[in-house]
Amino acid sequence: MTKEELVLLHKTMLQIRHFEHEVAKAFLAGRIPGFLHSSVGQEAVAVGVCSALREDDYVVSTHRGHGHVLAKGADLKAMMAEIYGKVTGCCKGKGGSMHIADFDRGIVGANGIVGGGIPIANGVALAAKKRKNGQVVACFFGDGASNQGTFHEALNLASIWDLPVVFVAENNMYGMGTSQRRHQKVENIADRAAAYKIPGAVVDGNDVLAVREATLAACDRARRGEGPTLLECKTYRHYGHFVGDPGLYREPGELEAWMERDPLILFRRYLEKQGVPAAALDELEAQVIEEVREAVDFAHRSDEPAEETALEDVYAPTEAGRRAIW
Amino acid sequence: MREITCREAVREALREELQRDEDVFLIGEDIGFYGGTNKVTEGLWQEFGPERIMDTPISEAAIIGAALGAAAVGMRPVAEIMFVDFIGVCMDQIANQAAKLRYMTGGKVTLPLTIRTPGGAGRSAAAQHSQSLEAWLIHTPGLLVVMPSTPYDTKGLLKAAIREDNPVVFIENKMLYNTKGPVPEGEYVIPLGKADIKREGRDVTVVATSRMVYFALEAAAQLAAEGIECEIVDPRTLVPLDKEAILESVAKTGRLVVVHEAPERGGFGAEVAAIVVNEAFDYLDAPIQRVCSKNTPMPFSPRLERFITPQVEDIIAAVRTVMG
Repeated sequence: MTKEELVLLHKTMLQIRHFEHEVAKAFLAGRIPGFLHSSVGQEAVAVGVCSALREDDYVVSTHRGHGHVLAKGADLKAMMAEIYGKVTGCCKGKGGSMHIADFDRGIVGANGIVGGGIPIANGVALAAKKRKNGQVVACFFGDGASNQGTFHEALNLASIWDLPVVFVAENNMYGMGTSQRRHQKVENIADRAAAYKIPGAVVDGNDVLAVREATLAACDRARRGEGPTLLECKTYRHYGHFVGDPGLYREPGELEAWMERDPLILFRRYLEKQGVPAAALDELEAQVIEEVREAVDFAHRSDEPAEETALEDVYAPTEAGRRAIW
Repeated sequence: MREITCREAVREALREELQRDEDVFLIGEDIGFYGGTNKVTEGLWQEFGPERIMDTPISEAAIIGAALGAAAVGMRPVAEIMFVDFIGVCMDQIANQAAKLRYMTGGKVTLPLTIRTPGGAGRSAAAQHSQSLEAWLIHTPGLLVVMPSTPYDTKGLLKAAIREDNPVVFIENKMLYNTKGPVPEGEYVIPLGKADIKREGRDVTVVATSRMVYFALEAAAQLAAEGIECEIVDPRTLVPLDKEAILESVAKTGRLVVVHEAPERGGFGAEVAAIVVNEAFDYLDAPIQRVCSKNTPMPFSPRLERFITPQVEDIIAAVRTVMG
């Protein structure tokens, strides 16, 4: 990668980081309705995976999906406005934090149901395989979702049909408040790949370049028609399950240890070692902060949706669809 | 006109749509090489090959997920769930994903997805292979629900369902697969949301679905001998519902009996009754009667199954009640 490309990875991670911080701030101040799952701490997974994808590839995301969606190229303003529940949001205020999607950028959707997106990723990949256009689907899910039946059903199907999916198990060590060692006996989710006779790999999810390399290899395999890969990225969520989660289930010192392995700190250190001046990185960060602030302003100033729009988009506007609302 | 069975009607509709549109494919358990547990898809695997007629493992959530994911990017899949009872296994994919994806994305996604599945009792298949679960589905905004009775309706409505740009659950009736009826050669499509008057009559409106249409017709034939003329309205699609046809009939007869095989409580009949009470109260000359299954799981014993499910004599009794 060129130095510019490396800096771009850092920029996207910064965007996610500051986006999430601003969203959390607004949420705690009561400006955002609903609830919020923050991906702070997991930026290297989102950026590492998405940087390895082609523009016409797809991602299927989770309830902790802001990072995936931003890394795949969603518009900051439309996303922020969606989380604010505004009409200018990418889903017109009907999806919110847990259901952000942007089909134009290959983002099939975040998902409020743990493990709910995994079977859907197969379908998108099946269409790509039928059309022989070389597209790949990156399917994100957490360690918690790896215990859902959909995980098993979908990996088995993807395996027997050699579907072009990269199953990205984003192992942040907790399914809600239950630690991984309490919810499964295997140490590595990737070990489960053996059950489907597909490759499984474990990478440091806080190392953006390691994630990127592993994803590139999995994508190559998928594009060659050889089928799916189960890629496990070990990482950690700084905010806990949701913003406002006191995190009482954590081991003493656990958060602090992970903070030292913050993916942004690690990658900044790497970039400086590669000769990127600290001042340039500071400037980049200031620029990202400004962009995010503009997105917040945009969301804040945007209108709430008109009430009658709640009745729209239930069905596609076919004759039957129009008559199905009564 | 030639006569074919409902099974053949489904197969013809599938074959014609597979020929017409290369984005159409079938996906389900043993629908290909085996020919389908009800032999509905027999021969299609040989004709169209394993890439269009896709056999899956026994994984209902994976089937619906694969179908809806493919639909979201423009394919036109037809998934089969072997028995409607099995939608419990994939209800998240149907109710939380397929039904809501368009809405949650503010209308950005179109899901041209059809889910075919047989329901109904009558074969002593007991509690997990005999249900009528349409109420679960009509209660879920985002889905269209079709429930045909005759071979003619089955073929025309299935073709419409496959061409529809919204998720459709198409509920066949396992007891009707061998039922014959006139079906013209050549192409026709029946628009979703249009009821059909299966028998005209002046005295009582009987709204009946699926196999109950035949029971209602038998009841009407017997009642006609005593001078009571029933009008049998077959809604054919439950969502969208042809309210106008029902209201028009009630305006003429002043009496309503609703018949369905699903349990009475919280069923489709309650919805029809509420609509008629709200919109045609002044026309009603008698309280509405519902003829439905009793509110129990489906028993295995043929005697018990018959006792639980609506029979012709129950419909006759209900009609006599509303006639006073």
